[in-house]
Amino acid sequence: MDTEPKLDPMMCRADFPILQREIHGKPLAYLDNAASTQKPEAVIEAVADFYRNHYANIHRGVHTLSEEATTAYETARDKVAAFINAPDRRGLVFTRNATEAINLVAFSWGRTEITGGDRILVTEMEHHSNLVPWQRLAQEKGADLAYVSVTDEGCLDLASLDRLLEGPVKLVAFTHISNVLGTLNPAEEIVARAHNAGAQVLVDGAQSVPHLPVDIAALNPDFFVFSGHKMCGPTGIGALYARPALLASMPPFLTGGGMIQRVEREGASWADLPAKFEAGTPAIAEAVGLGAATDYLSAQGMEAIWAHEHSLAAYCLERMSELRGVRVVGPTTDCRSGVLSFIVESVHPHDLAQILDSDGIAIRAGYHCAHPLHQRFDLPPTARASFYLYNTEDEVERLIAGIRKAQKLLGAAD
Amino acid sequence: MTSDLYREHILDHYGNPRNEGALENADISHERDNPVCGDRVRLDIKLKDGKVDEARFSGEGCVISIASASMFTEEIKGKTIADLKAMDDEDIFDMLGVNLGPSRANCAVLPLRVLQEGLAQWEDRLG
Repeated sequence: MDTEPKLDPMMCRADFPILQREIHGKPLAYLDNAASTQKPEAVIEAVADFYRNHYANIHRGVHTLSEEATTAYETARDKVAAFINAPDRRGLVFTRNATEAINLVAFSWGRTEITGGDRILVTEMEHHSNLVPWQRLAQEKGADLAYVSVTDEGCLDLASLDRLLEGPVKLVAFTHISNVLGTLNPAEEIVARAHNAGAQVLVDGAQSVPHLPVDIAALNPDFFVFSGHKMCGPTGIGALYARPALLASMPPFLTGGGMIQRVEREGASWADLPAKFEAGTPAIAEAVGLGAATDYLSAQGMEAIWAHEHSLAAYCLERMSELRGVRVVGPTTDCRSGVLSFIVESVHPHDLAQILDSDGIAIRAGYHCAHPLHQRFDLPPTARASFYLYNTEDEVERLIAGIRKAQKLLGAAD
Repeated sequence: MTSDLYREHILDHYGNPRNEGALENADISHERDNPVCGDRVRLDIKLKDGKVDEARFSGEGCVISIASASMFTEEIKGKTIADLKAMDDEDIFDMLGVNLGPSRANCAVLPLRVLQEGLAQWEDRLG
């Protein structure tokens, strides 16, 4: 790249109404983006405009509003598919969120394909969404659930992956970016190794799609899932991508209206893709909002967003390294995102989060829905700051000042 | 004021917890953790003439859970079993005397939950 794309977070901030808010009389510093992100005016307005001017139920309606709503919903599908460079729009299934998408795969594909003695691989850094559905499936089917280990540096141990792939592995399910460690996993490499071993692959993109360019055609996973609310979109909308041929071979997940071709008294046949996996009235306005979110993010440039978060994380790492009694968890290498989990000695993360909140700074505290990972590193609950396109170095400074304040207040300072 | 929660009396109980430790031959001895935040509280209680004669706690957690446990051991001393069974979350909030949001209320009531479970098991044992 000749011209490195550059993002101006101050310009972005003006696009987010909530960032003008004060919390306890202080400007909001929202550093909880790995949990969920704030919404730009363009997304809020797209949802409002849809309800004000174009709303009706989709498909089958002949009237004007129904046609407009159908077009808006299907255009959103095109936008979301294009955003991740998905090869075929028919493979883009709207779900409620990444969790529902994973459950869809576990229920539909998993219950058909997994049998007793099969092995499912997950990793030690999965959050519960990409772990519990596989635990349940393995228990139901008498399958074996094995964990790819994480190195002490917080990266996936690919040697451990290779060893586990020597067995009869049916599925490898892993996160693209860890929501605790911030590790960016070598997804293409893992997909390739799993495919070579004859396994299918599910990639959890909940923490990657919002933050860096994702190219599904190049990555070539069998299943790819993500959530809209973590990428400036509304809650209640997410997506599964899978090759249409694979989806066509799978039984439906939820059944009912909208997903059938024909219903007789004795049975039914299924609608074409992707409708087959979208039973009932879907989250129409939320899909429209997600489409608007992809427009917004594309206009900022995903390369630029990644570069901005990466440099902000590096800055924050450096500032934290200057503090006594503060330890950052996860890799210190280049392969990390804008997620920073850390421990402040003698300050419980709940107290830290509370004290930061009184200064208008929002972080998360706890196990971040990743108990096994905390067990792996024998970690107490941690504090987590996670950045997005609208965060600034000034906010990092406020975080650092807030940590010092908490240390002083709770007698943990030197 | 930094935060309404971190009043002097709360920080005092956190920094200098009362009745910390264990009791040998306790009548009620129970422990519980909060899987969301990792807080853990253990209570040891000795009874005499149907009343709490001595209470100690141990555990780890945030300021609120530790201060609450410390104050709780003072609060329950001398109470009858019936008194203990009548205690509810409001009593804990009154005892702490600070405004807790919904997320921190769980930290505050952890010692009470330990007592409630411990009491139930103690009664089961007595048959």
